[in-house]
Amino acid sequence: MGKVAIIGVGQSRFVRSYPGAIRELVFEGFKEAVTDAGITSKDIGASVVCSAPEYDKQRSPAGVFAEYLGLNPQPTFYVESLCSSSSMGLRLAYSLVKSGLHDVIAVLGFQKMSEISSSESQERMGRGADIQWESPFGTMMPAYYAMHAQAHMDRYGTTLDDLALIRVKAATYGQINDRAVYRKPVTADMFTDPDHIMSKPVSSPLRVGDCCANADGSSCIIVASEEKARAFCKKPVWILGLGAASASVNLAGRDLFTGLAAAKQAADQAYQMAGVTPADIDVAEVHDCFTIAEMMAYENLGFAEPGQGPELIRNKETYKEGRIPVNVDGGLLSKGHPIGATGGSQIRTIVLQLRDEAGDIQVKDPRIALVHNIGGVGLYGNVTILGRE
Amino acid sequence: MGKKKEIDDRFKKFGTVSFTSTTKVNDFIDHLESDQVMGSRCKSCNQKYFPPRADCHACFSSDMEWFEITGTGKLITYSKLAFAPVGFQDDVPYSIAVLDYGEFKVFGRIAAEMADEEVKIGIPMKTIVNRLPNNQMNFVFQKV
Repeated sequence: MGKVAIIGVGQSRFVRSYPGAIRELVFEGFKEAVTDAGITSKDIGASVVCSAPEYDKQRSPAGVFAEYLGLNPQPTFYVESLCSSSSMGLRLAYSLVKSGLHDVIAVLGFQKMSEISSSESQERMGRGADIQWESPFGTMMPAYYAMHAQAHMDRYGTTLDDLALIRVKAATYGQINDRAVYRKPVTADMFTDPDHIMSKPVSSPLRVGDCCANADGSSCIIVASEEKARAFCKKPVWILGLGAASASVNLAGRDLFTGLAAAKQAADQAYQMAGVTPADIDVAEVHDCFTIAEMMAYENLGFAEPGQGPELIRNKETYKEGRIPVNVDGGLLSKGHPIGATGGSQIRTIVLQLRDEAGDIQVKDPRIALVHNIGGVGLYGNVTILGRE
Repeated sequence: MGKKKEIDDRFKKFGTVSFTSTTKVNDFIDHLESDQVMGSRCKSCNQKYFPPRADCHACFSSDMEWFEITGTGKLITYSKLAFAPVGFQDDVPYSIAVLDYGEFKVFGRIAAEMADEEVKIGIPMKTIVNRLPNNQMNFVFQKV
């Protein structure tokens, strides 16, 4: 069996409230990806639809999208791992191609979170945790990540200022990303100004500025066999390594609170499969749903030793010109986080980087790059390593 | 025949809002009512579980017994919520936390009367039964 490539990438603009139906939203990402790949719907052997459930009235959206995108009569189905759904979709697409069952797959990520109110959305998100034993206490995603922030600050002396620096970096790039929801500049002093929205408490120690926003959006990744990739594509990007892991849903079942064990395990698998080390990574997209999530990612991915994450951001080493650029598209903190579309958007950014087509955010001559995409509070961890020819 | 089967939905009483009504560990609620917070232990391999479970994933036995959470655990981490999900707005602000008892950990809330400045990672705390409005129950962590 040959290698497996990504030959096309697309995403919609991420917005607070998409003025259309979910099939129309998904069309936007799909159209960009098939156009990018230079293929038509007839070239696609199967589609994998990725999102978190309970936002849509539509049951089984895969079948609806297949019809709308001209993907009948090819098989289509749904895959879900909360916020890492589309990275899990990529993993599945890889195995479908590697097995020889299909030679071109469309991985369609989407979420229209504005279908429900913000507080209903928090409640849905909270139910991505243990509904029997945790949710009755009134949990929500920011609080779970906040507990990790508290542990990291206590153990390593990480400060609220360090966390703010991650948001400042995100906004530096979010401002120039026309697909992002949040495009205003953010400065560190907003976090120390008690009257500024960025400094308002959400769940201690996290503040509004530490949290990404809900969004509506879609993404699409076209995955192909080596033979098809060489036939269709001038600049295929190869899937070099895939890692995936899970962890106890109830925090009571965890040993690590200063990081995410599933992220570390997924990273170790991906590095091993790709035959590379953290030092080989030229640019990365990490799952910064909260500032602390990016800080933990630095350490779980081996870009910094445990406890040394704050040094990376203080020294601006994760900026575009730094040693290991991270989230130079603005990350989830700027782009917004349409759950099922997020992984595909991260992969799109990295593919454009490796093809030297990232425009204003292009990192100099990257060869190997990484995507870190987390579902729940480290319930699911996916790490993908991509490389160019 | 034709007789409506009685449903054991005691677990509806757990927490401010319970999302589960039927579970094989419904007796947990009866123990709360008698002021005991209980975990479960596998009678076959002695594995202790909290939260309690009906089935042991270590040896696949479903022969479990209850044990009481006693003594103190160490506060590993916590967070105080300024916003709450639907159904919990009247409880704000409140803190959720994890206690480490060595053989197991417990996820729950910190007692409402505890002052913020007293809450510090590493302090010993105990787990006690807490009665909520509307006949609901949960457990909270209290300083010792």
